[in-house]
Amino acid sequence: MKKTVFLGALTVAGLAAGLVSAGTLDDVKARGKLNCGVTTGVPGFAEPDANGVWQGFDVAVCRAVAAAVLGDNMAVEFVPTTGKTRFTALASGEIDLLARNTTWTMSRDVDLKFEFVGVNYYDGQGFMVPASLGVSSAAELDGATVCIQTGTTTELNLADFFRANGISYEPVPIETGSEAAQLFLAGSCDVYTTDRSALAAQRANFPNPDDYVVLPDVVSKEPLGPLVRHGDNDWGDIARWTLNALITAEELGVTSDNIAEMSAGTNNPEINRLLGSEGTLGEMLGLDAEWAKRAIMSGGNYGEVFESNIGAATNIGLSRGLNAQWKDGGLIYSPPFR
Amino acid sequence: MSDTPNIGFVRHEPIPPSAPPIQQAGMVKWMRENLFSNWINSILTILSIYFVAKIILASTPWMWNGVWTTSSLRECREVLQGTSGACWSVLAERWNQMLFGFKYPVEAYWRPTLAFVLLLVCIAPILFQKLPRNMLIFSAIYPFLAFWLIWGGTVLTPVVVAVSLIAGYLAFVKIERLTGFATGLLSGVVAVALVLYLGSFVTAALPEFIALEPVASRDMGGFMLNLILGTVCVSLSIPLGIILALGRQSNMPIIKGICVVFIEFIRGVPLITLLFVANVVLSYFFPPGTNLDLILRVIIMITLFSAAYIAEVIRGGLAALPRGQYEAADSLGLDYPQAMRLIILPQALKISIPGIVNVAVGLFKDTTLVSVISMFDLVGMIRGPISSSTAWTGIYWELYLFAILLFFVVCYGISQYSQWLERQLRTDHH
Repeated sequence: MKKTVFLGALTVAGLAAGLVSAGTLDDVKARGKLNCGVTTGVPGFAEPDANGVWQGFDVAVCRAVAAAVLGDNMAVEFVPTTGKTRFTALASGEIDLLARNTTWTMSRDVDLKFEFVGVNYYDGQGFMVPASLGVSSAAELDGATVCIQTGTTTELNLADFFRANGISYEPVPIETGSEAAQLFLAGSCDVYTTDRSALAAQRANFPNPDDYVVLPDVVSKEPLGPLVRHGDNDWGDIARWTLNALITAEELGVTSDNIAEMSAGTNNPEINRLLGSEGTLGEMLGLDAEWAKRAIMSGGNYGEVFESNIGAATNIGLSRGLNAQWKDGGLIYSPPFR
Repeated sequence: MSDTPNIGFVRHEPIPPSAPPIQQAGMVKWMRENLFSNWINSILTILSIYFVAKIILASTPWMWNGVWTTSSLRECREVLQGTSGACWSVLAERWNQMLFGFKYPVEAYWRPTLAFVLLLVCIAPILFQKLPRNMLIFSAIYPFLAFWLIWGGTVLTPVVVAVSLIAGYLAFVKIERLTGFATGLLSGVVAVALVLYLGSFVTAALPEFIALEPVASRDMGGFMLNLILGTVCVSLSIPLGIILALGRQSNMPIIKGICVVFIEFIRGVPLITLLFVANVVLSYFFPPGTNLDLILRVIIMITLFSAAYIAEVIRGGLAALPRGQYEAADSLGLDYPQAMRLIILPQALKISIPGIVNVAVGLFKDTTLVSVISMFDLVGMIRGPISSSTAWTGIYWELYLFAILLFFVVCYGISQYSQWLERQLRTDHH
């Protein structure tokens, strides 16, 4: 009898899996909550505050999507994932969207069957060393011990970089960023390598930040972005265009302060289409006309989200750099809302 | 005679004993014998004193000078102005998060706290034989009460489960008398399933009946999660371990085979692998909508893991009993379940106590491994949200010292109890 039950359960599982992948949007609406995968904690990008409310740059993407789909930016069930569990959580349907500073690579996109819906942060892998080491370029790091997080693209990039330069290194594998920083401070490794944004964030909290330098070398492209499962393009479109709405809002000067008056109608037809006073863009996504307005109001436009979570005024203190709007010489660029 | 000169002096009281030489008494003697008995020991003593003093001198001002009231590590550093001092503020600010996780509703903190206090009441009569026996009634009720307090929801859910177990027990007792152990057990299981099935309609119909605000399993965290996992898994794995140990000694080849394969398989696999299976692999088998609770999956895995170890400990106890005990039971005409319940197990379990406690302490500490599968137990909270928050990134010693303290209190308590219990149960000489 047990066997029959088991087989039955498997069949139901297969059927249900088929049904679920057909309509993530309907599932999310029926559930009333968006299941969003985030990190277990990266300063500025995703961290629960003292009241247990998730804050951060990646978290803002989850909240914007929830606001667009469900009308409530707090209707998000955050599922913390590690570098190892994030992809299975997404593939198995435990989460609807993964916003966990994940690098967009070809194999993840194609082989792991995911769909990156855009890039919300252009990062690059860098190196941090103690200033006393007297190193000015990563090419001088022959024979160094390197602290590195396991299960990440940085691990692979590191191997590539050292091989290409014909120098050797000794890796010290570590699970989380905060442990890596501690070991680096304790002198267990000469070099700490990860994305430059994370290096800057952690260096800012060192007891003596000036004793450490981030080397100028950028050894990889790390386009970080949210991703969804293959096979549900409608849901992917919603996530993609929610991110684009935040970016376009900054480009067009729509902020959380002026959005109320702008949504009444402006002379700029693209703003009107974005905020739903003209056209049927929301309807095409299967949402209502004001979806983008809610997404922008949830945490502000892309620039506001950046400045309030990781910008120059925060403890993280990142400058826009590559993440400036294309008009300002950066790479942040959204296709038009038409 | 009266003019007899008073010759000589006769002492009327003994000479008071003079103090022993200073080298042979008191503190000095003790130190000479224990600390400085020869030159190797003297060097070791001096070195030890040096290092202990160094640690104390270095850590005491650091602890004493600590800051309790700031809201970030930077502010701590500003307050300390470069002097050495701990930043205890992180404990003050994240106290609740470390105890309850960051998602348990704040207004419901009293529930797990009350459950913990009642846990002490519940285990007291189990641990101490001298307490009144009718306190055991509360111990029987406690698991259901604790479930209701911690997870919330209607009180009917645990009540239905309790009723089903009672029904199962009654069915078992009645049928066992008539037809024997095996059919009794089977009918007990059937009764449990039947009552659970019927009860599910009742709970579905009255979800608001004396209900507490429900809390999802994934919202559990902090030291509470360690305690839940430790308590539940230890108490479930002891009966399971007994069954496995008996099964391994059984004469029936299939039962014996199953038990041996199970025990050896589990013992041959690291716990962390089982946890990854629970977290990652199982989610592929379950349909996305109906995924089995993560805590439940983890509890099952840890229970199976520790049951295999406890089974081996108990098997050692069974093997240590003299053969005469088994033969005595047989000669009294007891059947197998009776012989086990009345004669063999009480003695075998007594022998096994130190081993079981050892497994229990190890298991309790192993519950911190769940932090690797992104569950926020105490260590998970420290590794993840707290030390990765903008305000507190860079803090280690304070947080881990706190975790060490909490675990030490619990584990040391358990081991002291087991030593006390061994003294109580000693039957060789008094």
